Amino acid sequence: MYVAVKGGERAIDNAHQWLAEERRGNPAVPELTIAQIREQMKLAVNRVMSEGSLYDPDLAALAIKQARGDLIEAVFLIRAYRTTLPRLAGSLPVETGAMAVDRRISATFKDLPGGQVLGPTFDYTHRLLDFALMAEGEPAVARAAADDAPPASRVPHVTGFLNRDGLIEAAAPDDISPPDLTREPMELPADRALRLQALARGDEGFVLGLAYSTQRGYGRTHAFVGELRIGKVAVEVEIPELGFAVEVGEVELTECETVNQFKGSRTEPPQFTRGYGLVFGQSERKAIAMSLVDRALRWRELGEDDTGAPAQDEEFVLMHCDNIQATGFLEHIKLPHYVDFQAELELVRRLRAEADPMQEAAE
Amino acid sequence: MTDQAYNFAYLDEQTKRMIRRAILKGIAVPGYQVPFASREMPMPYGWGTGGVQVTAACLVPGDRLKVIDQGADDTTNAVSIRRFFQRTAGVGVTEATAEATVIQTRHRIPETPLAEGQILVYQVPIPEPLRFLEPRETETRKMHELEEYGLMHVKLYEDIARHGQIATSYAYPVKVEGRYVMDPSPIPRFDNPKLSGNPAIQLFGAGREQRIYALPPWTEAVSLDFEDHPFHATKAPHDCDLCGAKHSYLDEVITDDTGGRMFVCSDTDFCAGRRAKGHVGRLGEAA
Amino acid sequence: MTLQDPFEFPQRTRAPDQPLLTVENLTKRYGPRIGCADVSFELYPGEVLGIVGESGSGKSTLLSCLAGHHCPDLGRISYDGRDVLAMSETDRRRLSRTDWAYVHQNPRDGLRMGVSAGGNVGERLMAVGARHYGQIRGRAVDWLGRVEIAADRIDDRPSAFSGGMQQRLQIARNLVTSPRLVFMDEPTGGLDVSVQARLLDLLRGLVRDLGLSVVIVTHDLAVVRLLAHRLMVMKGGRVVEQGLTDQVLDDPQHAYTQLLVSSVLQV
Repeated sequence: MYVAVKGGERAIDNAHQWLAEERRGNPAVPELTIAQIREQMKLAVNRVMSEGSLYDPDLAALAIKQARGDLIEAVFLIRAYRTTLPRLAGSLPVETGAMAVDRRISATFKDLPGGQVLGPTFDYTHRLLDFALMAEGEPAVARAAADDAPPASRVPHVTGFLNRDGLIEAAAPDDISPPDLTREPMELPADRALRLQALARGDEGFVLGLAYSTQRGYGRTHAFVGELRIGKVAVEVEIPELGFAVEVGEVELTECETVNQFKGSRTEPPQFTRGYGLVFGQSERKAIAMSLVDRALRWRELGEDDTGAPAQDEEFVLMHCDNIQATGFLEHIKLPHYVDFQAELELVRRLRAEADPMQEAAE
Repeated sequence: MTDQAYNFAYLDEQTKRMIRRAILKGIAVPGYQVPFASREMPMPYGWGTGGVQVTAACLVPGDRLKVIDQGADDTTNAVSIRRFFQRTAGVGVTEATAEATVIQTRHRIPETPLAEGQILVYQVPIPEPLRFLEPRETETRKMHELEEYGLMHVKLYEDIARHGQIATSYAYPVKVEGRYVMDPSPIPRFDNPKLSGNPAIQLFGAGREQRIYALPPWTEAVSLDFEDHPFHATKAPHDCDLCGAKHSYLDEVITDDTGGRMFVCSDTDFCAGRRAKGHVGRLGEAA
Repeated sequence: MTLQDPFEFPQRTRAPDQPLLTVENLTKRYGPRIGCADVSFELYPGEVLGIVGESGSGKSTLLSCLAGHHCPDLGRISYDGRDVLAMSETDRRRLSRTDWAYVHQNPRDGLRMGVSAGGNVGERLMAVGARHYGQIRGRAVDWLGRVEIAADRIDDRPSAFSGGMQQRLQIARNLVTSPRLVFMDEPTGGLDVSVQARLLDLLRGLVRDLGLSVVIVTHDLAVVRLLAHRLMVMKGGRVVEQGLTDQVLDDPQHAYTQLLVSSVLQV
């Protein structure tokens, strides 16, 4: 029962106990292990790591278990844990060109150096329920694709090919340290690094919806997936005492680079423009959506028109893409608000009482 | 579960009838977008659910189906859709354009001319040619109703003013029989001339947007342009490096990390056919 | 200009002694409130009719009804012998992009802000079938010149223009298809006084040279003094006085008109 009166403490304890029971479900069914979630619910784990901004598959799996499969709740748990961690060092930028790719596709070229590597994708599966999975026991594991050549050690970026001919806008590296959204308040207008950071931890559904709206004409950017790659990259940290960088581990990333509508004029040769998405784990829907929204947000810098589309509105996008903020504020309206409501109630009653005699007089 | 749990070509007969009615209406009013109650399909929106539903509604057991994506029979999505119909309809399949009775395509019209009796089914992402000038469906339907297409030419005018030429290279809009402006799906503009006066039935299915439209055989479809900036069907200024074809649409393939590239026919059946007849391109080997 | 006119516009079909626009008993209500009521007048070819009144007088409602933006509850509108209210929407929209034009008070409402000046002027030409880029551009250059916008601004967007230039561009965009009837809603409102004077001067020249028939709504008596042949004074949705402009302004009969005129004179 929903109790807002002062005896609520015991009610909360009871609710927590019940929640723990519900989380466990029928004790006759074996309990899920963290390893099972990590290995068999990997895409959920990836999403929680991305939006939680913490690369730790075990903790993400734990959060999912604890949150009873509610992924936003799990992201919340991770965020709340992450914020307590000390910041030991900043890594060097990861080198995605050196990624050991599991999947690498380009929609803009039929074939290219490094090849089209499909990898483990749902793309061409038929969405027919596989009832064999429902039966006890594992179905036969698919033979690992032996016909795929071992991935090249260094797979060049597609945008690099276009850049060589000047066909795409240059993206010169700079040495400016990006701002840290988790340590400083969001400042608007945001630079691109900050926007990308916010999008990378933004809600997948929200970013997807915005990206979709650009495809349907609300801030269109004519996106092609120049390249989508998934794989592991090394994380390196420079140790001041040593004077050089050492590898401290590796993370799995999904990177998407879109090739978008060109700008230019008769005097300025047209060039394609870029959108960029990078997220933890295999999260390609999110990476593609992110790169579309990134591109849409760049309208001012590229001299395009503000068409009033939601995806072009930096403030709208950045202020609403964080699902922890959103779910907190949304769900808070179920908290007691009876003081405010009482004031409203009193006001409406008073107004009605005043309107009543006038209405009678009018009739 | 077995595949017998599904009807021939996946969809139930009621759904097929509904889709056929939409197709017939589309054929009766060429270029007009007929709304239809698109179904959830076992592949995602954007993968060709519109085309798959149209194909499913057209297939009969004696059909020979060809599926291409980007002009090629061996691209992953083409393989996937072809397998889907092999599995759910058990129809015969072919890669030869001339032998197919139904061809489902994404982004290309085959190089080999089509014949009467063939059906070409296009997968359409955004059926509304006015969409990127006016995002609201209520307004674009009104514009079609009243034939208010001036805005379409304003877009082309702006292209020329800015770039010196019309800067639309695919999904190039056409006017059908002097009435409806139609999006031919994202085929390269190179393919636009093949839309017009084609002896085959051309059907366009957009699943997510729930629209079907059609060009009946021998229908006129004129690419929008200006008299002094006429429409040009364009392609890469090369011959096919495998079969030497001069007038086919080409894919650019990057061959190394130092700027090397080759150009090959996008239509794999066409290219293979030419090579079988002994044509050899710059990098090809004699068959 | 030597450019041959490539566009076939409807020939003037009525003799000048026949009214171009006849309005009878036009009434529009918003619920119990009157927008405008029992308005009747005739407009002859080449004639400029000014409608004045304070805000809420019904002048803007009347203009919207005339231009087909609102549907009146009662009355008749006849244009060139055709019953406008009985027309299909297709015919009415065709009329409003060929024979008619509408100049908004705020140029942003009448321009496409994301399209170049040339595209803005050319749109009506393309809407009625112009398909020669060079000729469309030639006409656009010509019309930019007539509204005193330099030809080298043709590829600029209106957002790069000043308020006065935007309003002149809107006028060029409207007049390029040689309409016969132009509706203007406070065309000088929101502009600086010096810019207003220049625009009025320009409008007067264009109206005279092109022999346009105009219905212009304004609260500014100086505008109608300069442009309008005849004047209609509205109050509370009804016409309280109408006549020749000079006559109405110099010898107002209705008490409200007297007040209106004297308040201007005091300024």
